[in-house]
Amino acid sequence: MSDREHLEGEHFMSGDEACSEGAISAGCRFFAGYPITPATEIAERMSDRLPEVGGTYVQMEDELGSMAAVLGASWGDAKAMTATSGPGFSLMMENIGLGVMLETPCVVVNVQRAGPSTGLPTMVGQGDMMQARWGSHGCYSIIAISPDSVQEVFDLMIKAFNLAERFRLPVLVMMDGAVGHMYEKVVIPPLDKIHLVTRRRPDVPPGEYWPYMPDEDLIPPMANTGEGYRFHVTGLTHDERGYPAMDPEAQDKLVRRLVEKVERHRDEIIELEEDGTDDAEVVVCAYGITARVATIAVERARREGTRVGLLRLITVWPFPEDKIKSLARQVKAFVVPEINYGQISLEVERSVAGMARLALVPHMGGDVHNPATILEAIRQVIK
Amino acid sequence: MNVLAVTDEAREKHPLEDYLRVDRLPHIWCPGCGLGTILGAFLRGLLKSGLTPDKVAVVSGIGCTGRVAGYIKLDSFHTTHGRAIAFATGLKLAKPELKVVVFSGDGDLAAIGGNHLIHAGRRNIDMTVLCVNNFNYGMTGGQFGPTTPETARSTTSRAGNIENPFNMSALAAASGATYVARWTAAQIHQMEKSIIEALLKKGFSFVEIISPCPTYYGRMNRLPTGLDQMRYYRSNSVVRHGANPNEVGAGTNGQIVTGKFIDIERPYLPGPRDGENGG
Amino acid sequence: MSNSVIKSKQNQVFVMTEWCKGCRFCIEFCPQHLLYESDETNSKGYHIVRMDDNGNCIGCEMCSMVCPEFAIHVVTADEEPEKGEG
Repeated sequence: MSDREHLEGEHFMSGDEACSEGAISAGCRFFAGYPITPATEIAERMSDRLPEVGGTYVQMEDELGSMAAVLGASWGDAKAMTATSGPGFSLMMENIGLGVMLETPCVVVNVQRAGPSTGLPTMVGQGDMMQARWGSHGCYSIIAISPDSVQEVFDLMIKAFNLAERFRLPVLVMMDGAVGHMYEKVVIPPLDKIHLVTRRRPDVPPGEYWPYMPDEDLIPPMANTGEGYRFHVTGLTHDERGYPAMDPEAQDKLVRRLVEKVERHRDEIIELEEDGTDDAEVVVCAYGITARVATIAVERARREGTRVGLLRLITVWPFPEDKIKSLARQVKAFVVPEINYGQISLEVERSVAGMARLALVPHMGGDVHNPATILEAIRQVIK
Repeated sequence: MNVLAVTDEAREKHPLEDYLRVDRLPHIWCPGCGLGTILGAFLRGLLKSGLTPDKVAVVSGIGCTGRVAGYIKLDSFHTTHGRAIAFATGLKLAKPELKVVVFSGDGDLAAIGGNHLIHAGRRNIDMTVLCVNNFNYGMTGGQFGPTTPETARSTTSRAGNIENPFNMSALAAASGATYVARWTAAQIHQMEKSIIEALLKKGFSFVEIISPCPTYYGRMNRLPTGLDQMRYYRSNSVVRHGANPNEVGAGTNGQIVTGKFIDIERPYLPGPRDGENGG
Repeated sequence: MSNSVIKSKQNQVFVMTEWCKGCRFCIEFCPQHLLYESDETNSKGYHIVRMDDNGNCIGCEMCSMVCPEFAIHVVTADEEPEKGEG
């Protein structure tokens, strides 16, 4: 392996740059994308790095083509990704759905900016969180993760590829423009300290392989194109042979499996960070850059004598409702700051199910919260 | 589902049976639709080309032609509307040893997929595109599309189409395709031979194949059966190899100009793997 | 309805009668005009194609190549299938 394939050591990088390095270290060898602020730097770095490591960078004509090319490349045996922001994310939705339906491992990075529409292209937002879960039509489950530091961007890119390969679906890395464009230290550990996962291959010969016959864990082994398996895969509702099956029974079977292959493995997928929640009376629940801002408010509240805990969502989807439910039995209130007008707060509210109070601290976007706003919400909610 | 009846004589296999998903036949296409004929020409062409079938991947989009992928017993992908070429681009760039064939229809490739078509031509991606042109959107019930002739009737142009059609061959050639040919489904031998050439050509090769749509386009435009349309093609096609694609018309009213229009050399992608990919 | 095998003196033409959709392409394209639409129907109601058993089949295989249903094919008497017109 050349030393360009893994830049072990200490670096000072932006979140976007760390995103590219995390992908390369994870074994990503295909990027198809389209420039869009504030994700463009990911494409730029990939266009430099991929040729160095024998990979392919292609700048497609739009985000629709980019997502389609990512799926095609994954079926060509490559770990593949794209990176975009809100407007491009919207364009990619149909083919994210195709990725779900074909069960194609890939990673889609959304460096969120303030929306809706063109919005504030260069400024931070967190307004695509519900779209991450429900953006494509039809019923499916998705995995979305949210880094809060440049180091974590690197680490979570590796996790994203591992989850994508393991669960055979697009994994969404929901960065935000603040983390994407800030510069921090990144330590890239030795490669033997990094665990990488690649999709499970069939252990039967071509004549006996059915593309969508799942293993016990609900995930089917994935054959390589061009090795004689002669599989057919389609975005139409299909049976285990991969053939279109246009009836309610096939629909029920397939959709349930697509949802349950994620839901049943929540314990394996969900990653959270808790600080001081054990004896908390208020829990601040946040993700991405907002979690870092919230720590300031949490510290100040603690100095005032309030028992405040911080629950940081690293995995946002599947939503950790069990954790929220168990905290809700213990605490008086939740405070949910996010750079939108209330998205993940709705999930918190649903999971709390009235067992505690909830205060949303919205910020429409453009910059991060003032910690004082979050602190004030903490004070108010336990009155 | 029909089951093949076994006679008491030894049943001889259809010569293409190894490359057809016979467990899904008969297919869904209408009586008199040209797609089966074109599919047969493709399979015969593929087998004669010398290419290794296991290294061939077929990508299709949405529409009647898009269903082709489901009947071919090779690695095949039935993708989203208009995105077959983009998907195929990713597949080819990630695994250049594959021979990637896009098999899709006029609506899928030229309307919603138009952008990907012209850019793949521009990049000269090494793939073969078989564009089946039946002059309307068949799968959704016969609406007009970007290749529907002016004044033609469709379910969304009952008083006659007021738009002009694309000349698909000119569009492909202008985008940069290095092989452009047009045939009708009635020109069995020429179509097959052209498909072989297109498959073996390095670069973006495009074969437009005009095909009957009896249930919609034909029925609404005074050629109600597939046979009527095939007879029309036989009577009205002329072969003009090397013709300027801009002068061959849209394959519609009057004479249908067919032939191999473009066959040139140009650097193609994916290029050599020494750090120069991406063009 | 079983599949019919019509043998000419040299070549055999196999028709998968259940797959035929009565499009008549084969009838039109046979240069020897040997095929015709019979009065018999398959289980879908399509009139199945039959061949005049007059031994004039030249083994050009146009019927097989033009059939959209893969419902008709030819086995020629020689080892190598003979091609008709080029």
